[in-house]
Amino acid sequence: MKEIYLDHAATTPMHPLVISKMVESMESVYGNPSSIHRIGRFARKHLDDARHILAKSIGAKDQEIIVTGGGSEADNLAITGTAYAKQNEGRHIITTVVEHHAVLHTCQQLEKEGYEVTYLPVDETGRVSLEDVKKALRDDTILVTIMFGNNEVGTIQPIKEIGELLKEHSATFHTDAVQAFGILPIDVNDLHVDLLSVSSHKLNGPKGIGFLYQRDQTKLKPLIYGGEQERKRRAGTENVPAVVGFAEAVAIAQRNFEEKQQAYKEFHQHFLKKLDQAEIDYHINGNEQYCLPHVMNISFKNMDVESFLVNLDMAGIAASSGSACTAGSIDPSHVLVAMYGSEADELRNSIRYSFGYGLDLEDIDTAAERTIEIVKRLAK
Amino acid sequence: MIYLDHSATTKPNKSVLETFVQANERYYANPASLHQMGVETNTLLSRAREQIAAIIKTEPEQIIFTSGGTESNNFAIKGLARANKHRGTKILISAIEHASVEESAKALEKEGYTVEKVQVNEYGVISIEDLKKKLTKDTVIVSIMHVNNEIGALQPISEIARIVHENSRAFFHMDAVQSFGKIPVHFAGEEGPDALTVSGHKINGLKGTGFLALRKQVNIETIIHGGGQEMGLRSGTVAVPQAVALAKAVRMAHETQPAHEEQFSQWRDDLHAFLQQFPYVRTLSSNKGAPHIVSCAVQGLRGEILVNAMQHEGFIISTSSACSSKDHSISHVVKAIEIDPSYEKGVIRISLGEGITEKDIQAFKTAFKKVMMQVKEF
Ligand SMILES: Cc1ncc(COP(=O)(O)O)c(C=O)c1O
Ligand SMILES: Cc1ncc(COP(=O)(O)O)c(C=O)c1O
Repeated sequence: MKEIYLDHAATTPMHPLVISKMVESMESVYGNPSSIHRIGRFARKHLDDARHILAKSIGAKDQEIIVTGGGSEADNLAITGTAYAKQNEGRHIITTVVEHHAVLHTCQQLEKEGYEVTYLPVDETGRVSLEDVKKALRDDTILVTIMFGNNEVGTIQPIKEIGELLKEHSATFHTDAVQAFGILPIDVNDLHVDLLSVSSHKLNGPKGIGFLYQRDQTKLKPLIYGGEQERKRRAGTENVPAVVGFAEAVAIAQRNFEEKQQAYKEFHQHFLKKLDQAEIDYHINGNEQYCLPHVMNISFKNMDVESFLVNLDMAGIAASSGSACTAGSIDPSHVLVAMYGSEADELRNSIRYSFGYGLDLEDIDTAAERTIEIVKRLAK
Repeated sequence: MIYLDHSATTKPNKSVLETFVQANERYYANPASLHQMGVETNTLLSRAREQIAAIIKTEPEQIIFTSGGTESNNFAIKGLARANKHRGTKILISAIEHASVEESAKALEKEGYTVEKVQVNEYGVISIEDLKKKLTKDTVIVSIMHVNNEIGALQPISEIARIVHENSRAFFHMDAVQSFGKIPVHFAGEEGPDALTVSGHKINGLKGTGFLALRKQVNIETIIHGGGQEMGLRSGTVAVPQAVALAKAVRMAHETQPAHEEQFSQWRDDLHAFLQQFPYVRTLSSNKGAPHIVSCAVQGLRGEILVNAMQHEGFIISTSSACSSKDHSISHVVKAIEIDPSYEKGVIRISLGEGITEKDIQAFKTAFKKVMMQVKEF
């Protein structure tokens, strides 16, 4: 039986071109970019070139990119880094209830340290309202952190509108674009964001690498101290081969936005059409209009997520109940709770399918068929 | 080009690379995912953890994968200090720690901790007397590196561990980034540290890989919050292929350690004897230090000039360390060992590693002599 990987929002396989770039880099560019000798300078050049690709991809300047050890670290750096750098200007932070745990748990830690955090609610589709952001803003608000696109239900937040709103306010604006980057075109100047987190392993790049965009002049304290790498904003010997691989993945992603979006939309429609034809009782969790095309979260009537996932797995379908990060357990998703309340059926019967590199319509067909077969067998 | 800068970074071993590529092809899933692919990936991660734990003789749960030596040092210093503030607020480090230890400690000053430094002698070895004096009831961490990256100084770790454990409630953290794979590293117990930092790219592993090992029942706070991976201590999707590659590098470094130690020590002694022939060269490393690091200073010259001249002869060496090499000020390590000011700017480091041959060492000597004739004895 062919295994079909539909968990690209959890992580993705590396693109073959990325692997070969990385291997080539590991073999020939092994120097330390901080070294002054030829081998070090050669590594520095590769690092600089890769950084330029990363910067360009979001309309940033090279020096505005801080390479990190992944998306979580970028989120932590953005949030604690802002809080510590601006503690004399205020101690109020605004975020939403549907953020990734890398944002939520960092905010909770800051609450223990005396910061005040407002967690904005979302509507039934997972969206925050601009009005709520406006109302929550105070003179002592130092940071607004709102994710670009949600990892569980794919809902896209009104980032550009919030950016416009915050132009008149001194608060730093951070967005976690880990899920959206590589899927949607992003321009930091168009969005008016000051900080933006990205993770490489979500777009067929290597794991353990990401970046935080930091607009020039945005105040930030480092999270990891030591040498003077990343312009003293993130210490540690630069992971040149991974940055090179990451840049390659970004370049590939940049080349085919439209094609990819088109394909994923088609996957969506195709999958749902199959469910309709089989008269499956379901509905979509998320927002039809503002949705990341690679995320499809479906609530199936009369199903139980645990046995459903086990059966999907046995049928060779790798999907998930939401985020992979709540390691090992199926706790009710905080995102679905925020959308529907803590008693809702959706908490117990929703599956996330997420699309990515290497899938074709035939795979989607098969996945839909196997899903239908399981639902027909298990629905109470 | 003969690469003699293995303390700055190393080239990944061929089989480490192969391991990495293979793991990426089959085990790319998220180890936290519940499906079969996630479970298999998680099994692979566990195996990597077990292999490392077996080598440093601890339990798998005591190994936390990080993005490298710098993160591990930050995690150890800040995490231990914050979780154990009730034990005290004094942080004791040596005067020659790596920037990642020194700067982490310094960052904690803003949170109400005080930092004191244990003095070192002319070889960079800490003063036990000074340690005893500064180790007080309110000391929460003692962080002393096993081998110094600039001058190869080797610390009496078991003695330090004993003193710290017998006389205080402090935790002893050891940065073993430069020692692992070069000399035996003991962990935990009365004779070893309570926390240990290792970095992959210094042992022919991959950049961006490393771990922190923690003695059981040690409280530590995370510095990266989120999904709660790595036993809740280090959030972020675990880079399993990197972890597997690190386990491979650790195993290989462990296997080759005795042979490397013997060989490198010989070359080190040979180079020391050679360098000491020049009246205007002072060796900063010693035959009692780490086997792979030879450091010397040339009077009245700048290290950069020597690095360039040697590069011209086909040898890659460095100034005192990669981290301070862009900074033209004199390194804190060189300051701490108090050498004659006329030598301070002329420090170079030759660091040995995988793939170097006897012929390379002899060729180095010839080239060095030639360069000296050009710059000193024209
Ligand atoms: C003694 C020592 N500690 C820590 C580090 C930092 O390790 P990494 O480069 O993996 O961040 C280095 C190397 O740069 C080192 O030599
Ligand atoms: C929205 C979002 N933010 C942050 C992260 C964390 O990224 P990483 O796994 O690279 O630490 C993830 C993925 O796990 C995510 O989906």
